[in-house]
Amino acid sequence: MTIGLNHYLILSAVLFTIGLYGVLSKRNAIIILMCIEIMLNAVNIAMAAFSRYIVPGELTGQVFAIFILVVAAAEAAVGVAIIMRIYRNRQTIDADKIDLMKW
Amino acid sequence: MIGQSISFWILAVVSVVAALLVVSLQNVFRAALALILCFLVIAGIYILLSAEFLAVVQILIYVGAISVIIILAIMMTREFQHGSPTNKLRVPALLVAIIFLGIVLFAVTNTTWHISGAGPVVPVTNALADKLFGGGGYILPVEIAGLLLLAAVIGAIILVRDRK
Repeated sequence: MTIGLNHYLILSAVLFTIGLYGVLSKRNAIIILMCIEIMLNAVNIAMAAFSRYIVPGELTGQVFAIFILVVAAAEAAVGVAIIMRIYRNRQTIDADKIDLMKW
Repeated sequence: MIGQSISFWILAVVSVVAALLVVSLQNVFRAALALILCFLVIAGIYILLSAEFLAVVQILIYVGAISVIIILAIMMTREFQHGSPTNKLRVPALLVAIIFLGIVLFAVTNTTWHISGAGPVVPVTNALADKLFGGGGYILPVEIAGLLLLAAVIGAIILVRDRK
């Protein structure tokens, strides 16, 4: 059975689902950040697969994947900075205990 | 063709298992190592999709930079003796995730994609550079991305700086 677009899209969906479950259910803020990275990677796989199978000559999907990568790097830097600031102020990064802005 | 199938299945299974380890391991540091494995395997998937530039950038940025940042954050915060607990929304989260997966799988398998039979662009890096920097391409988004990175770096420095 040859590998087609659907295989890559299903792999991407499975990875995105695992990341979504982790983001929703984990309490450690660093684990949540890691799961967001998994989700971004899953989207990138879908982008590269569309680029390869739908418009092989255009490369638009790969260009978008590169921009997603840039945004992911910026997000990781700012996210880790926020986590470290919260840890310094409150001595915890448990997402259930960081509820200052909850009503 | 058969080699491509075999390598796809190996890479897919390893990446899904690594991602599952990230959400299931109790040791945060081991979860980070599983995340690095996941990133590396996804670089292999990019090579299968004949996106070599993307694969190399994936290894440089994700395996090289982002994983180091995450491991640094794990080291700097002493949270990892608490492990990686789940909150009380674990079962609803699992339910939502499974429903989401079902919807996406339904959408993917029931859409008829217009598959183009053309081969990939070889070498991809030159064509990608033309796309990004050539006329009528993506030069403005490239500049905006640079600005975004600058803003992120300045923001991160200001966030972690000690105010004297």
